[in-house]
Amino acid sequence: MIKLKEAFKDKKAFVAFLTAGDPDLETTEKLIYEMVDKGVDLIEIGIPFSDPIAEGTVIQEADLRALSGGVTTEMIFDMVGRIRSDIKIPLVFMTYCNVLFGYGTDKFVKRCSEIGIDGLIVPDVPYEEKEELLPYCRKYGLELVSFVAPTSHDRIVKIASEAEGFLYIVSSMGVTGVRKEITTDIGEIVRAVKAVSDIPCAVGFGISTPEQAKNMSEQADGIIIGSAIVRIIAKYGRDSVEPVGEYIKSISSAVHGS
Amino acid sequence: MSKGRFGIHGGQYIPETLMNVVNDLEKAYNHYKDDEQFNKELTELYNEYAGRPSRLYYAEKMTKDLGGAKIYLKREDLNHTGSHKVNNALGQALLAKKMGKTRLIAETGAGQHGVATATVAALMGMECEIFMGKLDTERQALNVYRMELLGAKVHPVTSGTMTLKDAVNETFREWVSRVDDTHYVLGSVMGPHPFPTMVRDFQSVISREIKSQILEKEGRLPDAVIACVGGGSNAIGAFYNFIEDKQVRLIGCEAAGKGVDTPENAATIANGRLGIFHGMKSYFCQNEFGQIAPVYSISAGLDYPGIGPEHAALKDSGRAEYVPITDDEAVNAFEYLSRTEGIIPAVESSHAVAYAIKLAKTMEKDKIIVINISGRGDKDVAAIARYRGVDLHD
Repeated sequence: MIKLKEAFKDKKAFVAFLTAGDPDLETTEKLIYEMVDKGVDLIEIGIPFSDPIAEGTVIQEADLRALSGGVTTEMIFDMVGRIRSDIKIPLVFMTYCNVLFGYGTDKFVKRCSEIGIDGLIVPDVPYEEKEELLPYCRKYGLELVSFVAPTSHDRIVKIASEAEGFLYIVSSMGVTGVRKEITTDIGEIVRAVKAVSDIPCAVGFGISTPEQAKNMSEQADGIIIGSAIVRIIAKYGRDSVEPVGEYIKSISSAVHGS
Repeated sequence: MSKGRFGIHGGQYIPETLMNVVNDLEKAYNHYKDDEQFNKELTELYNEYAGRPSRLYYAEKMTKDLGGAKIYLKREDLNHTGSHKVNNALGQALLAKKMGKTRLIAETGAGQHGVATATVAALMGMECEIFMGKLDTERQALNVYRMELLGAKVHPVTSGTMTLKDAVNETFREWVSRVDDTHYVLGSVMGPHPFPTMVRDFQSVISREIKSQILEKEGRLPDAVIACVGGGSNAIGAFYNFIEDKQVRLIGCEAAGKGVDTPENAATIANGRLGIFHGMKSYFCQNEFGQIAPVYSISAGLDYPGIGPEHAALKDSGRAEYVPITDDEAVNAFEYLSRTEGIIPAVESSHAVAYAIKLAKTMEKDKIIVINISGRGDKDVAAIARYRGVDLHD
């Protein structure tokens, strides 16, 4: 197990997302290696869900492509288990609650720990419902990532003081997807978090350009990019390793300084 | 356990982005539900605008024809906009207005909830946008035009199975992106707390009326109350005030489509298992990996892979029974009630009529059944004609 905070050690972290099985698991595997090679600090592997209500169209369509390609949770476990020892950065699964619950939450988290998954991001389990997952994460040593949104206000203190791994700061209202500009005062949210906890803060939702990545990483401890990567995968399919690599490199130098 | 639980079901499984919006809604609802002025305004809207109380009609011809229990029809189809959905739409719109919201959004399956929401938005001078699965906009084209006539914008939803569940997904996505001035008028007893409780309270006017009407007509409570169940709002409305009256059987009829043993059905209790989706823990049709299953019913209003959490709890406790009714049985019942009583029920409500036809025959003549006719069937005439192979257009 690697602690998620390792990704934030002595540098701003670049967290990258991709949907497992889009367009197929073989490509996902190559993309993970490429991401590590080009400077990603933590990878969020999305287990596709039939009805991802927090996602914009880009990731919704990726989930659909992966599921219609026949990928299952079991196949994703096998793929990750096979490559885990080669990958030296933290890996987390991002998926929806019913994917865990339908598989059996205990069994799911146990499998995660066996294959070397370090944490879970489950957007439809808020603070009030975290008992649904937390006891299992404790039992098997995974970290459960919490969210803070522009509407969290008075909730920030309780969320941040109990958060583990890193805190996922939602940059703007709405679903995931590329945005031209981010108007939320991220600095203010980060300051509210830091007042009660030293947990690393990573900003996600809407970041796509190196400029946005640089700007956002300066206001927090790291940034998360999903849709912009998935869009490249959608465009190039099995040939996406090279263009994704180039894109990752450009973001990585913006975040880490080249 | 978090808030809004019915046994193990319910809860608030939603993204953090929505938590404070839902908390504000809960606070406002808890304040206004016991507010005298709010209730006075709502009752006036129910009575003067929606035409409540709806009639409890003794279906004498049907009773004699079946030769068993005495059958009463709760005529929610006679409400303004043609279904029970207006009860909830009026309640939520009035609450939203009190909260200072100026825009209503809603999902719709058959279009009845969309029409009800568009109607009250027009009445209260609020903006309105409706999300409807593309497949349903085709099945229920007339209702799309009705909503537009009422001033609403209708968005056909092209994601997923393009039906009710996808319309719910899309309305949640819209709500997350614009919470300040917008209230999501959720149409059924589902979703995150406080929706299942709030919608049930607004719909419980149905069983409150049934109870006083049947006591007046028969001097006693019915032996069974029968209603169709998709998400379950008309059923919970018809059941709620009888839950403590253990002698009253409560029977929910879910859509078995082409049969519970075929892949094409929406029978959540018969085929679903415990899951967490659309903000709640309840029963859902899903595969072994927790992927929500595509469901099917001739009725767009019952074509939903889950069931409200209070129904799931009533199922667990055994207080209510849930039975599957196929397309064929529902269509036969649709035609039967039209011919026998001159009442064309919604194809959703026809599922309840179909079970009553089976049940009444097995009961003594001194027994009483109440069927909740949740909506009228005008919207379904074209679909039933198609089902029977009649082409209405050439």
